[in-house]
Amino acid sequence: MNGRAFLAMLARDAHVARRNVVVLLFQTFLQPLLFVFIFGRVMVRSGYMPASYKSLLLPGIMAISMVFTGIWAVAMPLISEFQFTREIEDRLLAPIEIGWVAMEKVLAGTIQALLSGLVVIPAAWLILRPVALDFSRPLLFLAVTVLVALFAAAGGLALGCTVNQTHIGLMFSLVLTPMIFFGCTYYPWSALDSFPILQKAVLINPLVYASEGLRATLVPQFPHLSLIAVLIVLTLFDALMLVLGLRQFRGKAVS
Amino acid sequence: MVGIRTHDLRKVYNSAPPFGAGGGSPPAQRGKQKKPKPEIVALDGLSLEVAAGEVFGLLGPNGAGKSTTVGILTTRVQPTGGQAWIGEHDVWKQQVPVKRVIGVVAQRPNLDFSLTAREILAFHGAYFGLDSHERTKRADALLERFKLTDRADQMVRGFSGGMMQRLSIARAMMHDPQVLFLDEPSAGLDPQTRLLLWEIIREYNHSGKTILLTTHNMEEADALSHRLAIIDHGRMIALGTPGDLKASVPGGYLLRLRFGTNSPELLEKLRSLAGVREVRPVEPNGADVYADRGGSLIPEVATFAASSGAELHDVNISEPSLENLFLHHTGRSLRE
Repeated sequence: MNGRAFLAMLARDAHVARRNVVVLLFQTFLQPLLFVFIFGRVMVRSGYMPASYKSLLLPGIMAISMVFTGIWAVAMPLISEFQFTREIEDRLLAPIEIGWVAMEKVLAGTIQALLSGLVVIPAAWLILRPVALDFSRPLLFLAVTVLVALFAAAGGLALGCTVNQTHIGLMFSLVLTPMIFFGCTYYPWSALDSFPILQKAVLINPLVYASEGLRATLVPQFPHLSLIAVLIVLTLFDALMLVLGLRQFRGKAVS
Repeated sequence: MVGIRTHDLRKVYNSAPPFGAGGGSPPAQRGKQKKPKPEIVALDGLSLEVAAGEVFGLLGPNGAGKSTTVGILTTRVQPTGGQAWIGEHDVWKQQVPVKRVIGVVAQRPNLDFSLTAREILAFHGAYFGLDSHERTKRADALLERFKLTDRADQMVRGFSGGMMQRLSIARAMMHDPQVLFLDEPSAGLDPQTRLLLWEIIREYNHSGKTILLTTHNMEEADALSHRLAIIDHGRMIALGTPGDLKASVPGGYLLRLRFGTNSPELLEKLRSLAGVREVRPVEPNGADVYADRGGSLIPEVATFAASSGAELHDVNISEPSLENLFLHHTGRSLRE
């Protein structure tokens, strides 16, 4: 691998992200923070939701922000760069194996997803105060966030190299929206106890493990999936998405 | 100094070929029954040898296989069969060393729309490991050479087609590649810019670099190339210097004649005229006459036509050119 070329590509992505920072901020944070405000503040203060819901909500919101930022950051540029502007060709012709061009995209997406997750915490905390978060296991928390961010970016790679430009809308309504609503983001997995079939079915949704994993590390006082299971399944999803994404990327890059 | 070599290169697409590679392809059909995917043969056993330091032109109509050849030589298209080398490196097996020595200008602009012109050059230099001082120096020089200095710090999104094309070429030269690929470099350029580009290409070649360019413009192929290969349907149909190739057309002049009626007897008579080398009937009522002379033949042709009862309707005379050569070999015009 050519480290200099890899770093130069990473610098290019950072440069472009810095240039678009305002758009990126709105894109990433507006929706989750509005959600936090309505459900965590309006609904709680008006008495429709118990105060404890605030702490339950925050990890879910963090999971959504991270997964969406990562997918968006990798998939959207790839869709247009491969199909419309072809601007990725310059990097495909750089003196580096093309698999590393894809890995650079994944790394850049992972960093963006991590940043979004880390910004959501203080922002949501400001809106929701007081909220009980447990930071007593920082390493486990870090492991979960990194696995979630990597999943998002690798998933973005797989989606971005698979979805056709004309099907972006479909990708949102058919893949991402059901993923959020059945992702145990706004409710814990145990809330599905009275829907046994659904409760089993949602286990194919990786966002479930992201939300539950963050819940297990940030608000362990609520019922959550086993942290070990979450770590194993997230690792498997990460590996699957990377293998799939790299294969799709090669298929797109070489005709 | 690095040369280019291909041996028996084949490429069969079983989906739509990428833009700029293979024209007129039928779209893949999707029905309830799975039909076999249409196969498009873009290259059919192409062997080329381009000497180090040579400007080599690939001339052919759209869909002839020019872009596919460039695609394979630049690691972007996987050949179905055969081999390709840049210098000592097998293109498909040693992609990174190959990418290090080549610069590529694609047929369609593929500039990084999120960057300014100067940044595009600088990041390209960085991908190739140039340090920041060298990047700045080369970017400034190239922007100046391609007359883009006043737009250097603007986003390329708003650039005209000609400016994008100039910047694409500047970018390909940024890492000073030993081999430069130019796929239809002057398509869409105004005549003035085209001349600037030709001058830059010649200058780059004089510094010892190998250049492979594709074009369907005979004038360009003639003006720039040391040697030319004419390709059609993925096969080479002629190879040589522009002068040799033009001299290989019988007579050199081509008279395309159209008559009021079809008369084989008239064509026989035309063959007997002084200076006529070859007469080819063209459906329905025409003939392509290859001859040593052009306009001076017309009065005799008109007299023969009148005496055979086939009035002369249309005459098109062209001087010795690569276009005539292409027509002679394929029976089709380059522009068809």
